[in-house]
Amino acid sequence: MSQLTRRQEYERGRRRRGAVIASASTIIVVTAVIVLVPRFEGWSRVRKAFFDREVFLDSFPRLLEAFWLDIQIFLWSTPLIFALSLAIAIARNTRSPALFPLRAFAVIYTDVFRGVPVILIIFLIGFGVPGLFDSRAWSNPLIWGTVALVLSYSAYVSEVIRAGIDSVHESQRAAARSLGMTGNQTMASVVLPQAMRRIVPPLMNSLVSLQKDVALVSLIGPVEILRRAGIEKSNFANFTPYLGAALIFLILTIPCTRLADWLLARERRRTGATAVA
Amino acid sequence: MRHSLTNKFLPAVAVGALVLAACGSDDDASSSDETSSGESDCGATVEDGVLTVATGEPAFFPWVIDDDPSSGEGFEAAVAYAVAAEMGYEGDAVKWVRTTFDEAIQPGAKDFDINLQQYSITPERQENIDMSLPYFTSNQAIVALSGSAAEGATSIADLKDVKFGAQAGTTSLQFITDVIEPSSEPFVYDDNVGAKAALEANQIDAAVFDLPTALYVSAVEIEGSSVIGQFPAEAGGTTDEFGMVLAKDSALTGCVNDAITAITASGALADINAEWLADNTGAPVISE
Repeated sequence: MSQLTRRQEYERGRRRRGAVIASASTIIVVTAVIVLVPRFEGWSRVRKAFFDREVFLDSFPRLLEAFWLDIQIFLWSTPLIFALSLAIAIARNTRSPALFPLRAFAVIYTDVFRGVPVILIIFLIGFGVPGLFDSRAWSNPLIWGTVALVLSYSAYVSEVIRAGIDSVHESQRAAARSLGMTGNQTMASVVLPQAMRRIVPPLMNSLVSLQKDVALVSLIGPVEILRRAGIEKSNFANFTPYLGAALIFLILTIPCTRLADWLLARERRRTGATAVA
Repeated sequence: MRHSLTNKFLPAVAVGALVLAACGSDDDASSSDETSSGESDCGATVEDGVLTVATGEPAFFPWVIDDDPSSGEGFEAAVAYAVAAEMGYEGDAVKWVRTTFDEAIQPGAKDFDINLQQYSITPERQENIDMSLPYFTSNQAIVALSGSAAEGATSIADLKDVKFGAQAGTTSLQFITDVIEPSSEPFVYDDNVGAKAALEANQIDAAVFDLPTALYVSAVEIEGSSVIGQFPAEAGGTTDEFGMVLAKDSALTGCVNDAITAITASGALADINAEWLADNTGAPVISE
């Protein structure tokens, strides 16, 4: 590493000082919590109900196993959500008068599926649609739970994409059109690439949210981690399995949120803004 | 950029270390049985002079009729009033509240004295809550639509390829996974309503309930369904014994147990059973 300038030395010192202060205040707060909470008269009850070591060790492997189903639902719904929301966003951004019905559909779609709670959509589609089929393969709740998630999340994500598209300055379109590009070409090779880069952080936000909401599919039958934790809770009459499930979610979501933060920071650097301490 | 990364994580590392330290001091096996008096005290209720009885929301037939436990109609409503009378709480001295399963087991002050909504007595649960002596013993029973893969089963072996469903937190679910051991994992629902919806949506072949519920579901609620079998304990099934839930180490437990013993001995409990629960001799028995 080369010699630091005085300015860099100074900034490094300030950062160190900041870190020490942050650590000290954190230690004080956490110590206070650790010292004070056990002084509540009900602490032994709460500890037994939420922090029971044996229940934790007994149930944790089964929770981990059930989590695989959440990951699978997440993995196959993510690309579907992305494809559908992109289509909705583009439909909403069409400008031809003849395509008004498409725009109207996109508006109604986002209104309806953002307006109804995910849980209700999962119940309605998960129990309602399978009644149409006689074949067990087509009435599988995993299919219709995923469909419900995709419909709901696409409504949110399409709005994020639309915001990204709208954030690309009109002069970019004008420039592309003046080069002789068609409307579709302009969208595909000028507008979307810029829009996508800008919306990476909010998209990550939606993904983190989806990672948790896949657990709602359990409402219509499949035993994933939330349900497994509920079963273990009932069997032991103890809430510790919920703590185990929460830890497993954190193991997955914290790296994702850190990744989103990193992407956001990178975007700030790219666009030339400096962080002000 | 390395230094800024370490700086950023230093506080987090500090928290982690402290949390680990806190978990390490976990082993002082204290304070678990400080209040287990063993003495029964019928006066130690949540509200003076009133016995507060909890049940589910909604409470289902035949346990409570028309979701109105204060009428005393339905098996559990009638049992609650009989037990309360034994304990010295008559008529208006019984107050009803509604709780979920989680409210019944959460630590801290309870807003009920006894809670009855078909809680099966298990040793694991008794680690964390008090459970009374049983007031009812039920067999598990299977409900299926006609034409389902479960129809005509006479032994557990016939049920291996059946797709089952059950309510979470019930011994019905344990019965499926531990006794029937089907080839595909059962679906699990928040309540019996979900299991019934899945049965009607053709997502499962069969649902498992306690026998009185199964008889009601098949006779009244789901057209074209029937109880294809019940499992008595002697046939390899697991019988469910329903007990009332009380707060851990409740001073009332002994008193409630005395009352249940009394109404069992006097035949009052058998009379309530005969009045509110369907005769189950019609349901075929499935063996191992």
